[in-house]
Amino acid sequence: MDTIAFQGLIGLSMAMYLWLISAGLTIIFGVLRIVNFAHGSLFMVGAYLAYTFYGQMGLPFGVAVVLSLLGTGLLGLVMERWFLSRIYAIDEAYQLLLTFGFILILDDAVKMIWGGVFKIPPIPAFLDGFWPVFGRSFPVYNAFVIAVGLVVAALLWALFEKTWWGRIVRATASDREMASAIGVNVPRVFSAVFVFGSMLAALGGAIGTPVRVVAPGIGATMIIQAFIITVIGGLGNLKGAFVSSLIVGVLSAYGTLFFPVFELFFIFVIMAVVLLIRPQGLFAR
Amino acid sequence: MTGLLTIEAAVKRFGDFVAVNGVSLTIPAGRLTAIIGPNGAGKTTLINLATGALFPDSGAIRFKGEAITRMAVHRRIRKGLSRSFQIMNIFARLSVLQNLLVPVLARRGRAGIAFHAMERETEAVTEARRILREVGLHDQENLPAGALSHGDQRLLELGIAIAPAPELCFLDEPSSGLTPVERATVLDLVRKLSAGRRTTFVIVEHDMDVVFSLADWIVVMNRGQVLAEGPPAEIRENRAVREVYLGEELPA
Amino acid sequence: MTRRLPSRRTIFVGFLVLALFLLPWIVGKYPVYLTIQILILAVFSIGFNLLFGYTGLLSFGQAGFFALGAYGCAKILLVVPNLLLGLAGGVVVAGVGALLLGILSVRHTRIYFSMLTLAFGMMIFSIAWKWRDFTGGDDGLVGIPRAPLEIPGLVSLSVATMERYYYVVLVLSLLAIAAMHRLVRSPLGLTLQAIRDSETRAEFAGVPVRKYRLVAFTIAGLYAGLAGALLPPLENTVTPSIAHWSTSAEPVMATLLGGVHAFAGPIVGAFLFFIIKDIIVRFTEYWLIWFGVIVVALVMGFPGGVMSIFVKRPK
Repeated sequence: MDTIAFQGLIGLSMAMYLWLISAGLTIIFGVLRIVNFAHGSLFMVGAYLAYTFYGQMGLPFGVAVVLSLLGTGLLGLVMERWFLSRIYAIDEAYQLLLTFGFILILDDAVKMIWGGVFKIPPIPAFLDGFWPVFGRSFPVYNAFVIAVGLVVAALLWALFEKTWWGRIVRATASDREMASAIGVNVPRVFSAVFVFGSMLAALGGAIGTPVRVVAPGIGATMIIQAFIITVIGGLGNLKGAFVSSLIVGVLSAYGTLFFPVFELFFIFVIMAVVLLIRPQGLFAR
Repeated sequence: MTGLLTIEAAVKRFGDFVAVNGVSLTIPAGRLTAIIGPNGAGKTTLINLATGALFPDSGAIRFKGEAITRMAVHRRIRKGLSRSFQIMNIFARLSVLQNLLVPVLARRGRAGIAFHAMERETEAVTEARRILREVGLHDQENLPAGALSHGDQRLLELGIAIAPAPELCFLDEPSSGLTPVERATVLDLVRKLSAGRRTTFVIVEHDMDVVFSLADWIVVMNRGQVLAEGPPAEIRENRAVREVYLGEELPA
Repeated sequence: MTRRLPSRRTIFVGFLVLALFLLPWIVGKYPVYLTIQILILAVFSIGFNLLFGYTGLLSFGQAGFFALGAYGCAKILLVVPNLLLGLAGGVVVAGVGALLLGILSVRHTRIYFSMLTLAFGMMIFSIAWKWRDFTGGDDGLVGIPRAPLEIPGLVSLSVATMERYYYVVLVLSLLAIAAMHRLVRSPLGLTLQAIRDSETRAEFAGVPVRKYRLVAFTIAGLYAGLAGALLPPLENTVTPSIAHWSTSAEPVMATLLGGVHAFAGPIVGAFLFFIIKDIIVRFTEYWLIWFGVIVVALVMGFPGGVMSIFVKRPK
């Protein structure tokens, strides 16, 4: 029983990475109606930047995370402003192709700059260590990740439901022509939302660094997991993304425990089952 | 008169908004019906329910006696229903002739033939050409459909709607966005098709001139319900209808 | 309209086919090897483009079916060294896989569809990577024979040399391309293009859209499977990398390069792909980044005229 509860906690921390990256993807889709295939690559860039600032340059952990968010946000701004915004009017297939091109560029660029060997950055001292939980040793860092994920969820909820900026974003999301007619600067909102979503992805990558390897190709793995989350939760549905992240994270953790060989395969099975019984997603309106 | 299409107490909600609120309607064969009403009255939603683009939350729809309430769109088309669209919905990259070949082939069950060239489907091509002639686009048959003028695209849209040889055809605002000349062409076409074919037309329209010159029967909708229905003369005198249109001049 | 004389395009294609048949007599072994790879990518890509250019469905997971074809063929050849059986088996496995995954995927909007194909492609990759007992894991399968072309009791033709295998690939590729050419000009081809231009209208014209999307997806899978099946006898090994999304990217890039809306586009693109890759690799090992740049340039840089004939996104 203890093992099960413990593994559930592990799953919860895994779920938070998934949540951070899917939140960004969901918000961007909800407002801009585009799926950024390169979203996983932004996660990866966030990870590499954080590794560089923290692991190599020795900056304080918090500073490193903030810098990596800014750096990735800047990258996201370039992607949206100079490229994506110019092709909004065309067939959405070409947007997918464009962001796919970005994956190719970023994946190789990362290899060029940092080399192809994977890195394992150190855990910041104040978050190192273990807590005794359910009779086992639970890494403090995982608890930190869970905390960050929950805080982000609460902040996002507050942002979109309670603030003035959140209301503008929601108005633009539901009807951009109407929003434009009442004076909202829609292109600027788009850019801001895209940057915001990119930074969420980068956050996932940055705080992920001490416990996950930093390697080229993690971008692709993450985007696929983010896709699966959005399929299960319903595209554009933030609450659905949160719950699905929990489901997938926890179930994957149990999958690793009971069927280790098929760990990777497991979430595909979940996705396939959802596709069969409720194709529009578990939480679609 | 036999009911070609019957809608029984159909209800359709979008969240809190009730677009269609318990509509019951019978459309008999051979009577050109117009559905009118202010914006948001539920006219387009009603067509969507009848043609299968949406399913009702409650209520039933019968076509020629058969229940089609939740039947897939393409199967309703095969049964003899059809519609045209208000927003131009043609196959832009295909030629004008090819636009008509698609529904013709589908009706003949030959849409999936993969082993010989299109040119061998001579019967289908002949039929498609005949429809082209009917709508007056035969001299542009090889033009890409996206290159047609706005009015011609509407004619093509009509052509695609009648190509499956439907018994009941819904036209969603067939004259919207057209110049007066184009509008006259479209209306003449509808009149001609209605008289010559075995197709019953149901037209959703805003333009009162169009409605009163074409329709044998008018259905007035407001706020998701049928306010009144009857021959044009009756509707013109109906007080409730006049109120809804707030003193707008109904054609004499 | 029938013509008395063959058109210029037919003559050109005729010459090209003739040149391809004479190729091993003209050039050395390496160009022949390269041409085999180009032909494999060409078959892979025209299947992809049936789905994309003709039906409007963008799949980022075709490598999954390529791998099913390759592994299917390899497993058969390791047991029964009969080339025809191996190839047929690979194609069948890929086709069944495409049918099953297609049923799950084609009922969705185009964006969802693309996401799902990426996910399913990588699912096959992860199976190939992990299932050591069956697929050899990340080491893959080795020692796959370039089995003879054999109909038991009738004929047995060795294709052990590169030149002979080249002719097998050439003939099969030409047949596949010819079949696709016939398909896209048939009523089915027209129906698929209608679905691409306006799914709603196609549905309301009486076309069962979902069914035909599945048909297109399965055919694309069969072609990917054929392309994949031709690989193991050539290289004598298969590794999971052929199921990776970077392999799925190859028909995408080839088709974009050559032209999405022309039948010969993917074939020309396959040729261009290898030429460009060959050039880039001489200067740097990072060739994917340059292809990424090319993809971005192609998507952004279409002159206004070409862009305007693409279907505008409905609001």
